[in-house]
Amino acid sequence: MTDTLTPLLTSRWGNPDSWTLQAYLKAGGYEALKKALSQDAADVLNNVKDSGLRGRGGAGFPTGTKWSFLPPPDGGPRYLVVNADESEPGTCKDIPLMMADPHQLIEGAIITSYAIGCHHAFIYLRGEVVHVYRRLLGAVAEAKKAGYLGKDILGSGFDLELTVHAGAGAYICGEETALLDSLEGRRGQPRLKPPFPAVAGLYARPTVVNNVESIASVPWITLNGQEWWKSMGTEKSTGVAIYSLSGHVQQPGQYEAPLGITMRQLIDLAGGIRAGHELKFWMPGGSSTAMFTQEQLDVPLDYDSVVAAGSMLGTRALQVFDDSVCVVRAVSRWMDFYAHESCGKCTPCREGTFWLRSVLRRIEAGRGKPEDMQILEDIPKSIVGKAFCPLGDGAPSSLVSSLKYFRAEYEDHIENGRCPFDPKAAYLFKEVAA
Amino acid sequence: MTAQDLVTLTVDGIEVAVPKGTLIIRAAEEAGILIPRFCDHPLLKPVAACRQCLVDVASPFGPEGTLRPFPKPQPACAIAVSEGMVVNTQLTSPVAAAAQAAVTELILINHPLDCPICDKGGECPLQNQALHSGRPTSRYTEPKNTFAKPLALTPQLLIDRERCVLCQRCTRFAAQIPGDPFIALQKRGASQQIGRFDPDVLGMAVPDGEGPFAGDVPAVDGRPFAGYFAGNVVQICPVGALTSAAYRFRARPFDLVSTETVAGHDASCSTIRVDYRRGTVLRVQAGDDPSLNDEWITDKDRFAFRWTAGPDRLRTPLVRRDGVLEEASWPEALAAAAQILTEAKSTAVLPGGRLTLEDAFAYAVFARRVLGTDDVDFRARPASEEEADFLAHVVAGSGEGVTFAELTAAPAVLFVGSEPEDEGGVVYLRLRGAGTKVYSVAALASRGLKRLGGTLIPAVPGAEADVLAGLKPKAKGVAGEAAKELSGGVIVVGERLATVPGAYTAAVAAAERLGARLVWLPRRAGERAAVEAGLLPGLAPAGRSLAEVGQDEALSLFGTTAPAKGRDLGRIIRAAAAGRLDAIVVGGLEVADLPDPTLAAHAFERAKVVALQVRRDEVAEYADVVLPVAPAVEKPGTFINWEGRLRPFPQVLTSTALSDGRVLQALAQKLGVSVPLGQVETVHQVLAALGRPAQRPAAPAAGVPAATAVPAGSAVLATWHNLVDDAAAADYEPHLAASAPLPVATVSPATAKAVGVTEGGRLAVSTDREVIDLPARIDPTMVDGVVHLPTKSPGSHVRAALGAAHGSVVKLALAGKGAGQ
Repeated sequence: MTDTLTPLLTSRWGNPDSWTLQAYLKAGGYEALKKALSQDAADVLNNVKDSGLRGRGGAGFPTGTKWSFLPPPDGGPRYLVVNADESEPGTCKDIPLMMADPHQLIEGAIITSYAIGCHHAFIYLRGEVVHVYRRLLGAVAEAKKAGYLGKDILGSGFDLELTVHAGAGAYICGEETALLDSLEGRRGQPRLKPPFPAVAGLYARPTVVNNVESIASVPWITLNGQEWWKSMGTEKSTGVAIYSLSGHVQQPGQYEAPLGITMRQLIDLAGGIRAGHELKFWMPGGSSTAMFTQEQLDVPLDYDSVVAAGSMLGTRALQVFDDSVCVVRAVSRWMDFYAHESCGKCTPCREGTFWLRSVLRRIEAGRGKPEDMQILEDIPKSIVGKAFCPLGDGAPSSLVSSLKYFRAEYEDHIENGRCPFDPKAAYLFKEVAA
Repeated sequence: MTAQDLVTLTVDGIEVAVPKGTLIIRAAEEAGILIPRFCDHPLLKPVAACRQCLVDVASPFGPEGTLRPFPKPQPACAIAVSEGMVVNTQLTSPVAAAAQAAVTELILINHPLDCPICDKGGECPLQNQALHSGRPTSRYTEPKNTFAKPLALTPQLLIDRERCVLCQRCTRFAAQIPGDPFIALQKRGASQQIGRFDPDVLGMAVPDGEGPFAGDVPAVDGRPFAGYFAGNVVQICPVGALTSAAYRFRARPFDLVSTETVAGHDASCSTIRVDYRRGTVLRVQAGDDPSLNDEWITDKDRFAFRWTAGPDRLRTPLVRRDGVLEEASWPEALAAAAQILTEAKSTAVLPGGRLTLEDAFAYAVFARRVLGTDDVDFRARPASEEEADFLAHVVAGSGEGVTFAELTAAPAVLFVGSEPEDEGGVVYLRLRGAGTKVYSVAALASRGLKRLGGTLIPAVPGAEADVLAGLKPKAKGVAGEAAKELSGGVIVVGERLATVPGAYTAAVAAAERLGARLVWLPRRAGERAAVEAGLLPGLAPAGRSLAEVGQDEALSLFGTTAPAKGRDLGRIIRAAAAGRLDAIVVGGLEVADLPDPTLAAHAFERAKVVALQVRRDEVAEYADVVLPVAPAVEKPGTFINWEGRLRPFPQVLTSTALSDGRVLQALAQKLGVSVPLGQVETVHQVLAALGRPAQRPAAPAAGVPAATAVPAGSAVLATWHNLVDDAAAADYEPHLAASAPLPVATVSPATAKAVGVTEGGRLAVSTDREVIDLPARIDPTMVDGVVHLPTKSPGSHVRAALGAAHGSVVKLALAGKGAGQ
């Protein structure tokens, strides 16, 4: 089954000193940039547009289309902002990418900036990952010294500054308008739309906000052409993507494969489920997507098939939970995260996650009440479709889907006044037991 | 509005046409449908945070115009209407009703059920919403969020964080309307809260002087100054989270009687609502007046009302017997006053600048007809003959001139000797809201000017006339720029020009030369009415000359002949102090406000004084007869605001107190003259009969004296009143006083260097009288060789202590190093 792996973005991660400019150049780096700079910006843009590349940050919006939403140049600045605020539980692709191959992202950012007419791009990085921050700063300095950034890049006449900005640690800043407010030095909370960032984004100027992996895909598409990219993946979900497997598999890690691969294939690639256990449930795209069970193992993991199956491809953060895991406990932990990270702007997300957290903790602790089941049914409905931004809408996804598949487990907690699982049985590492 | 600008939509089956760009929530109001809301406020930008106003929306889509519903309920407060839109609110859409009920339930989970002890209980939108469409009992059984309560945001404003629904009305107001962002959202999730920068709440250690507000103006209590309009946040808070120390726990809303009336603390005369219970005013709220103050008022209008009900309130007349003021009956007191005025060979009238039009008119007639004197001047502050000429020429009888709407729409507004925020109150807010281009001829860019984005045209105090004369389109720099933009613009002049010889003359000339309109922005609510009533020497009502008495039937109340043109304030005081004036009738004024309080006190000591007063204050100490009169809240009347707009108001409180006019009528009766001075209608009939004057009195024509050199160690004084200061009208309001800006002495970096003072060090400002010792603030916009002091703030009573005024030369020294030597 190993032939399903298609390492592109991850292909250089194992090279010695892979993060250095030298290693990147040795592996063919910045060739795509040279090619792009020799073309018209419009051609570079159209190539990406025609490739069908869809946003890798979760929503799956076509990247080239997003670029083409920018109004015609008016002489004023326009910005590219790379969303590197990766902070959802389970999602762990951008941070290793930036750690192992930062120049790939920088090259993508330069090509994208050239395509959209941007002369100052930003990478908004999650603040907690100081090691990645240092690495990006180092890589940008290297690239600048080598003439890939700054004035008149490679003699093309194109200028670009690239600023790496570290956030202060807020999940909400992964929402693009909250990210822009935070980048401007304000409190990171989502903005009212319209205006959309393409019209009035950073400093109220036309702005493209793209995920790290989307931008890192751009050099590949530029170098090899949109036809090549479209030859991989499915018709509507073209190309390859990083699948991050974590949890109860033998070999957790990053598996880069064409879109449309199935979870069954991926689990095989990862050496199967933890010995002696069976798959209980899995998250297809991070904690904000509805969970799947064994039933969906053969769903093609492309944007549309996963939606059709009742969830979202999200960030392809595939978290695998075997039969040792208490679903109430898992959902309770996720709700802790959402209650902690809710930005507080809108009532449904702020109060709803706070309430659900309290109820879930009580149920898990054996203090559930029969009427809690109704609350677990109702409050998600009070959040979804009522919250200000998509992060609120995604907060109860794990709860809602878990009730669909494992309602009896909740009722069991409430009826018997205790959790039937031994939490230690789910531990991956012995030393954690405490 | 043309039909093209209107958008037709359907709300709950009712078709309604509204201007393009209208938000759904307001279009629904047009259809008579109230969509519940917390964060929405018509004067603030939408934020769509509370989600209470979710409604079902469908819009026509595509060439066919097929109606396409939005996939989920939409916030009515944030979506503009479009042609053919169909909106279904909670009244007709189960989806909208369910969404709103869900949000209500969620808002309430962390909201305390303390309505019985909450100030908002009884007038609370959340309480209404909960009772209207909330659950009978809560399903929420978990522990609620709690906070230490209350937290003081300023000495006046308190926040009970657990009651807050985080609608951000307060923070949006502070940032968007006055530009005083003293509070912000902090923390996140269910811990999110409104607060000022508070290291204790935020868990931060901040080294001294290095907080985010370092360098900003502190308030008297040492915290960052929250501004003059902060009290508005209490009124717009949709729950009881924000309260004022002045009103907290004082009353239940349903026990209050609310009367719409007019504020009397500045010349904008804002629309307010006075809430009282059993004869006591407990609260003042902003009225809703888009033509004037929108829904905002100054903190002085809001909080300064207890002065009428303090221990010094006069209820009975006082007569001095053997040197001691004793309570007396009205007949005794009137007889005593009549005797003084009969025996006096010369009399004068100083009625003060806080009168209603009706009372001002009563004084005007009383002086001329009953006392036979034209020694009358309403000004209880530095005043000049040039100013009187200016008022007669430009202001008196001019009717409604530049309006708020015209002022804010002007291409540029130039302030000369006038501070839009300190002296204009809501004038500042309206200008800021409209983004009007503002220039200021002053010695420094005031905090208000900076927040208006205004441009300073630097002028040493006293040199304003020269600067005005230099405003020519061909002039270089900012003077030329301003001159060009002022064509069709407005020049606003204020009271401190009275101590700048030639300034009013120059202002009239500049307005004519540049094609600008001229506005007089007095500081006191009664000054414009006093001008219209003729309370200046030689001036009859409506801008007529007193010489017309006996010729014009409309002036018949003034008798048949007019007295010869009298003396103005300065000359009256000097005459009395020299013993050349026998008796003065004094209205509501403070000795400390007069140009030279020491001289004035001496004058009042020497002359016999009949005082008409609300409170027993310093004037009473010199008075021989004190006749109690009603404050504005206890009588009907009319103010005239700076626009020239009549601002009639009703009597709010039941009271036995008499208006000045009623008292003067009784006194006139005692003096043998029967004249209807106590009737509200009289003055309006007279003004209507007089109409506009056919010929204006001559324009002021004062020369500009040659500038005198300022000796070393001295500086020219720039001074004006802070909006919140030691005004008598703000007495008994400790929380308001504590919210005022910290009085500081402001100098330029070069001046500071010359004196050797550093920021925060103490600067001694002196004359041969006393020393004012204040912390120094160094302002790079300040003109060199000038020091600014607030006129009457704590520790800075410029007139009383220094006997100085705007433009005076004062000595500067480091405090404690031979100051005043």
